[in-house]
Amino acid sequence: MDREEGAVRALPLGARVYVLCAVLAAALCAAPLLRCQAAVPWATVVLLSAVYAAGARGTRAPWPEWYSPVLLAGAFLLPPAAASLVAVPGALLAPVERRPAGVRRIWHAGQLAVAVWAAGQTFAALGGRAALDSVRAPGAPGFPSALAAATATALVLCLAVIALECGVLVTAERHSPRAAWHGRVLGSLAPHLVHGPAGLAMAVLWHSPYGPAAALLVLLPIYVSACVFALYHRERTAHQATIRALVQAVDIKDRYTRGHSERVGRASAMIARELGVSGDRLEALRIAGILHDVGKLGVPTRILRKNGPLTPDERRIIELHPEYGHEMVRGIGFLGEARAAILHHHERLDGTGYPYGLAGTQIPEFARVVAVADAFDAMTSTRTYRRARPVPTAVEELKRCAGSHFDPRMVRALARALDRHGWHAAVTSDAAGEERGNAPADAPRALPEPVAATAPGPSAPAARPDTADGAP
Amino acid sequence: MTGDRDPADECRARDESAAERIARGRPGRADDPEGQADRRGAPGGVPASPDPAGRAGRADERPGPSGPSGAAPWLTDPLDRLAGRHGRAVSRVRRGRVRGAADRRTGSLTVAGVYGAAGALAVVALGWTEWHGVREPEAALAFGVLIAVGEAIRCADVPPALPRASGASGAHEQRGEPAPVAAAGALGYALLGNLGGEPTTHGVLQVVTVVVAASLAGMVPRLAFGCPADPEHTARRVLTVAFAATCFQPLHHTGRLSSWFGQGPQVVGYLLALPALTALCDAVLAAALARARTGWPYVPLLRDELRALPGVGSAICATGVVMALAVAVAGLWALPVLSVPLLLIQYAFRRYAGIRATYRQTIASLARSTEIAGYTPAGHARRVAELSRAVGRELGLSEPALTVLEYAALMHDIGQLSLLDPVPAGATEPLPGAEQRRIALLGGAVVRQTGVPAEVAVIVERQADPYRDQPLTARIVRAVNAYTELAAGPAAGPAAGAAGPAGTAGAAPLHALERLRLATARDFDPAVVEALATVLSRPVYGRSPLRTHG
Repeated sequence: MDREEGAVRALPLGARVYVLCAVLAAALCAAPLLRCQAAVPWATVVLLSAVYAAGARGTRAPWPEWYSPVLLAGAFLLPPAAASLVAVPGALLAPVERRPAGVRRIWHAGQLAVAVWAAGQTFAALGGRAALDSVRAPGAPGFPSALAAATATALVLCLAVIALECGVLVTAERHSPRAAWHGRVLGSLAPHLVHGPAGLAMAVLWHSPYGPAAALLVLLPIYVSACVFALYHRERTAHQATIRALVQAVDIKDRYTRGHSERVGRASAMIARELGVSGDRLEALRIAGILHDVGKLGVPTRILRKNGPLTPDERRIIELHPEYGHEMVRGIGFLGEARAAILHHHERLDGTGYPYGLAGTQIPEFARVVAVADAFDAMTSTRTYRRARPVPTAVEELKRCAGSHFDPRMVRALARALDRHGWHAAVTSDAAGEERGNAPADAPRALPEPVAATAPGPSAPAARPDTADGAP
Repeated sequence: MTGDRDPADECRARDESAAERIARGRPGRADDPEGQADRRGAPGGVPASPDPAGRAGRADERPGPSGPSGAAPWLTDPLDRLAGRHGRAVSRVRRGRVRGAADRRTGSLTVAGVYGAAGALAVVALGWTEWHGVREPEAALAFGVLIAVGEAIRCADVPPALPRASGASGAHEQRGEPAPVAAAGALGYALLGNLGGEPTTHGVLQVVTVVVAASLAGMVPRLAFGCPADPEHTARRVLTVAFAATCFQPLHHTGRLSSWFGQGPQVVGYLLALPALTALCDAVLAAALARARTGWPYVPLLRDELRALPGVGSAICATGVVMALAVAVAGLWALPVLSVPLLLIQYAFRRYAGIRATYRQTIASLARSTEIAGYTPAGHARRVAELSRAVGRELGLSEPALTVLEYAALMHDIGQLSLLDPVPAGATEPLPGAEQRRIALLGGAVVRQTGVPAEVAVIVERQADPYRDQPLTARIVRAVNAYTELAAGPAAGPAAGAAGPAGTAGAAPLHALERLRLATARDFDPAVVEALATVLSRPVYGRSPLRTHG
């Protein structure tokens, strides 16, 4: 309990005042109930809040607010003051992940009470209640007009919840209002547009001879869809883990590139976003960036781990790795054109790269992206044979080689993206690997300059960006 | 059909003739006391004479230069044993073929029965409706459009069961209702008793007519886009909807339903029980048809069908009932409103199926990494996975367990990546036990990072243990892996060569199976080895190991 109090005290004063205001507002919303208790259908209130509480408490929220049709049905069926009570028990009972739990619960209860009250007022103002009552009357346009009102009500509920949420994020966690608002609206609009009509169907059935039992059946499909979405997300997470496992399989053989693959994936995605790539193509390119060196699995471990100069034969074997990689990911359908990025990420614009010596626009666009990202990360991370270079130096180096090795468009895009978002070398998902592989503590030991001199191609005396990684 | 079977028969014939040549060449295959004892004990799980069989198993684990004859001195003529067993293997193959033929006959009878019943029902219903005219045409049209649209947008690849809370991942084969909106619409129309407050008068046959017409109409755009038609699915839909309508409409028309249950909430209970019963019948039918199509055991198929019911099935039933009730109260406007959640489910499933396919491909890529790296022969992981799945199905594993098994089989060699130098031909089975276990543990460590269920990692870790310490799935992977290595590897070479050049291709799998049987005391589960033999006697799988030799 002490820790709980400490956590409450750690809240900024503004946040505490904000939460208090929300709770007071909720109390004000519910206040009219005290005056006219007789007119309130208490059985409906109790049943709806019990269902909502069961939904909020029983399932570990497979998908946000699948049970919100219950709130909407409350807003449709009950006077606004009574509707505002429907969410309260559920919000107070729901599991909370972060501390301080008590304050969070009270906050959620206040937030939802105010939002549902606003939704109820909207429905009444739009004439939804009259339309709902006339649904069963033959000839009246009851259902369509009630449907319009219900959709508007759902939008109001959604916006009210988000607006209140933004307020607490700004006061308690000091997010900027724009960052707090951004991305939330689009994410919750679609579910609420579905939930509005579902709530209306619940309300219609609730008043029908079939009663609440039929109304609650409406919730079942929505629950199932929420479960399927949760399933989808779990599978997606598992897929990401498998991609990482592929990369880690490379790490088993080639120990010094830990974290490199993930960072190349991130840098590739940054470049592609600047170029206007989005959606599935962006995801495919990011994965291709992560997997660009997966072909090293096909290179004998002895050569990969060799300390000292490589013979021309060994170099030739290492230069096979893009082809091995391409062969490995051949079966992964969704990569599509991004597979070419794995095959051609060591090509150079002037045609001196490998494996095919393509030049200029013959090199697929995604391969040019990954080549720049690969070289950038190779220069800004520490290798056994040299220290990391600062980001501006690396960008200068890339710009110097643009046109001969790299596509200037990609280099410019990278520079723009770096200006805008900065560069964080730490990879969250591979924090442990970070310590072992590229931490500065490891850096200045063992094999300093001589290996670096032997690493790049015969024509280049110092570590040239594009060969620094592919041919150590 | 015949064109499909011919090459398989040819392969089997080669298989048998090779075995018989060996058998003829070596007399005295009947008196084989040790083999008999070993085999008699096998099905019970505990060998009758564990000691000699155990020694034989361990000895046989290491082929190579010493060979089986050098390693088993207590056998007077090891090749005699081999020959005797080949005779039995051949008879088993024959038995399997006889059983397969019987299965095929039953299967085609099932299919003909289902299609015939559905077709006859459809024809009768169409004629009746044509004669009597359509009652409440607006409801018929609205539900018909809903069903047609639902059929048109059905996903080709979809719904597995719902995840269970255990978190063992929703790794299910694709199964269940591919067109939830159409299914719910059909069910709703079958259960429709009132329309906007007025009782309806459409009967069972009109329901069937609407469903048939709408399903056919919905098929048109799909065929136009080149998606395959699914007559089996349509036939099932017709039969189940007819069942549901027969249980509801006559009772409703005669007023008996309202005299039993009144007009209130009790009707909801009856209406809920009805689709549940319908769904059960549908599952039984679907499993029977799936058995007719694939020849897999019936009970696991039915179990998988039933497992799909609580998820999407319940959502469809609920939506069907709610559609009937909401249309009764509020008119046909309720239809589009209520189909939206089902559309959401369908969309979510499509996304899910997409990511699942990708996931599987990525796992397969990871599995191929050992092949690219030169540790294992090309295609080895895929072959082991396919065969393991088939054996698992033969042993009656459920669909989630089969997926776990498949992933484990795909990744069973991943531990070899940590070896500095490849094992010869990637065959782990000849290695010393300690080394095998070390590789297995390393593999398990990699697999634990891949996000697949933890059971997969356990299988990979335990694959080198004696079978009594292993879970069933690990026994399958071990036996199938050993079989695949032996059938493809050089170890099968010398013995197979004895049968003459023509018989080489056919004999290697039998020799491999023989080796496995010899080691059932300790390393391989006899039940698994027998299931493997049964699977290999089927045309599809009997061919695949041979092809690697050809």
